[in-house]
Amino acid sequence: MAKEQTFDEMNGTDGTVREGYVHLAEWLKSIPPDILANRRTEAEHFFRRIGITFNVYGDDQGTERLIPFDLVPRILTSPEWKVLSEGLEQRVNALNMFIGDVYGAREVVKAGVVPEDLVLRNPSFRPEMTRIRPAKDIYVHIAGIDIVRVDADTFYVLEDNARTPSGVSYMLENREAMMRLFPELFSQMRIAPVDHYADNLLTTLRSVAPDSAPGEPNVVLLTPGQYNSAYYEHSFLADKMGIELVEGRDLFVRSNVVYMRTTQGPQRVDVIYRRLDDEFLDPLAFDPSSMLGVPGLMSAYRAGNVTISNAVGTGVSDDKAIYSYMPDIVKFFTGKEPILKNVPTWRCREPESLKYVLAHLDELVVKEVHGSGGYGMLVGPHATKAEREAFGKKIAADPQGFIAQPTLALSTVPCYIENGLAPRHVDLRPYVLSGADGVRTVPGGLTRVALKEGSLVVNSSQGGGTKDTWVVE
Amino acid sequence: MMLSRTADSMFWLSRYVERAENLARILDVASRMASLPSAYAGSSNEWESAIATAACDVAFHAKYGEATRENVIAYIVADPDNPSSIKNCIETARSNARAVRTAMTTHMWVVINDAWHDVQKLKLSRLDETGLRKFLNFIKEVSLHFDGAAYRTMLRSDHYWFQRLGTFIERADNTARLLDVKYHILLPDKEQIGGGLDYFQWTSILRAIEARTAFHWVYRETVKPWLVADFLVLSAQQPRSLLSMYTRLNEVLDELSENYGRRGPSQRLAREVLGNLQNSKPKELFQSGLHEFLSGFIDKNNELGAAISQQYLQ
Repeated sequence: MAKEQTFDEMNGTDGTVREGYVHLAEWLKSIPPDILANRRTEAEHFFRRIGITFNVYGDDQGTERLIPFDLVPRILTSPEWKVLSEGLEQRVNALNMFIGDVYGAREVVKAGVVPEDLVLRNPSFRPEMTRIRPAKDIYVHIAGIDIVRVDADTFYVLEDNARTPSGVSYMLENREAMMRLFPELFSQMRIAPVDHYADNLLTTLRSVAPDSAPGEPNVVLLTPGQYNSAYYEHSFLADKMGIELVEGRDLFVRSNVVYMRTTQGPQRVDVIYRRLDDEFLDPLAFDPSSMLGVPGLMSAYRAGNVTISNAVGTGVSDDKAIYSYMPDIVKFFTGKEPILKNVPTWRCREPESLKYVLAHLDELVVKEVHGSGGYGMLVGPHATKAEREAFGKKIAADPQGFIAQPTLALSTVPCYIENGLAPRHVDLRPYVLSGADGVRTVPGGLTRVALKEGSLVVNSSQGGGTKDTWVVE
Repeated sequence: MMLSRTADSMFWLSRYVERAENLARILDVASRMASLPSAYAGSSNEWESAIATAACDVAFHAKYGEATRENVIAYIVADPDNPSSIKNCIETARSNARAVRTAMTTHMWVVINDAWHDVQKLKLSRLDETGLRKFLNFIKEVSLHFDGAAYRTMLRSDHYWFQRLGTFIERADNTARLLDVKYHILLPDKEQIGGGLDYFQWTSILRAIEARTAFHWVYRETVKPWLVADFLVLSAQQPRSLLSMYTRLNEVLDELSENYGRRGPSQRLAREVLGNLQNSKPKELFQSGLHEFLSGFIDKNNELGAAISQQYLQ
């Protein structure tokens, strides 16, 4: 797999412009380079002005940075998107059933599909949740499924994000920026809109309000505050949905009901879209030193007076050890073959696999089971011998903690780099919403780009950028 | 209805923007007064008065001792040790703005965010006269834009009213302080009250709030201390007079109480201060001690700020 030639989504492997990209390719040829350069400056100005920045942890210098935005859109055809969206719906339905089962009857363990210890000894497993059923049995209301592509027909799911996936504001703002910068392209091409995402999100959140909520449930977005790396996104989404952006100190619990402090006294809260990890939600239930959460929130949750979204304990479904079982999980719960494939994965907890991994570090990508954000991983072919050796020791000391995957020949898309167009590796994060009335996706998602030549790491904290994603007819 | 924390941030955001402008105006007055012919220079203390007016004299003297032009400008413009420096006001304003992005219109955010980015880029140490003037004008424009953006783009709801409350309380405070500058300035012994220097100083205060021409339209007389006091305290025509500010504050607090269906201590207090102003006579004001009157007003104004906070923002 690693030997294959890189697949470019515009130019294929042989330089023939692929379907969907024809118009864009001609347009790119016709547009003078200085116009593109101007538009890029304009885009940067636009993003800086409206304050779309992110904070990088452990960096005192540029505490507010822009995520680099690439002007060249990434295009998917609607047949491609149809397959993807069906696959996403299937996968997220399975995730929801899996989590419900893990905190309920545990049929999936009894049937031997997933080893018991991976569930029960998972640091994200929340025993509290065995006594709580969320409204309508939905746990993951918002999922971000990371997808990579290796050739014209093959998409892999790289990672499921079932806790508090971020980045959707970039999807929306990138579109906004592109429509301002290149209105002509939007009039010439039929590009599926994405801006109804916020409406979909609010509808989804309202649909899972607890039964005790009034007819018009009060939905709020709970943020850790303005120093959080995704704060811009929190305020952006609250604004688009027209709901209050609250911090823990704005909320309190009385008689198992959650209230927010307002200029007119306490007001009841029914649904909390939290962008705060489980550990910080309620100092009485989890980390007692958390200043970000709301004391008593878990009791209100248990009493069925509030919906927490995503539900507490969803992390049990999205770590990299569980990931490797996802194809079986999908089959077990939906009774059908998974539409979306997994990347082949070696679990270092299995002795045979461990031996293989340690012997092939130079061709594998090794990831921490509980890591995220591109931290704590080894990209074998790009690492030095010393780095590989050091990492090998880490793996051998704690095989449970690691999985390995082949270095995929990720697809590339042309990007506008300093001196013109050049191919760069990309991935795709579509956002999948699950409510009482079904699953919703908007066409496309967030395309992340590894802007460094040859790099495969797309995370914004590691020098990645983003581009707009178009689904065209 | 809105989150108390959001209302609090709107209130303080607006106060800090207004405060930055007011500090700019204080430096403006001082710098105008200091530009008098050198015959006067040895005996006047404009820079000391600027520090006193900005209410940061204790902390200033602890750090610098003498109030020279350089020290005072450095301290009020951008000293990191001065929490109320102009630069810090912009910083605090933006931090409050970030906390309530959703409660503001894009216009307002852009003004604050741009100002913050610009201030980060500016070199603010050792400003010469041209640099200082440019900077002060820039700050005044930021505040003017922000105020205008709020006035023109915000939905008339409690978000707007708390924004206005912050602005008006801070502006009332500042009008009182600017007028009080004169109290802190000593006229040199040989100078007479009502003499050339005295005249020039009163005029500087009018200029600092861009009211020099307006003064003549209203009074059709030469600048006299009690007329300036009347203009800045009791004139309903002067938009930033204490009377105007308390008329506005009462309007906003009434809107709020009607909307919420409940009156409280802040409504009562604002009504009381307005009543006192309406019953004051210009001559008496001046004769019974303008400084005492202004000090009393500043205290009451602070009390109103605290009452609003207690009633709505916690």
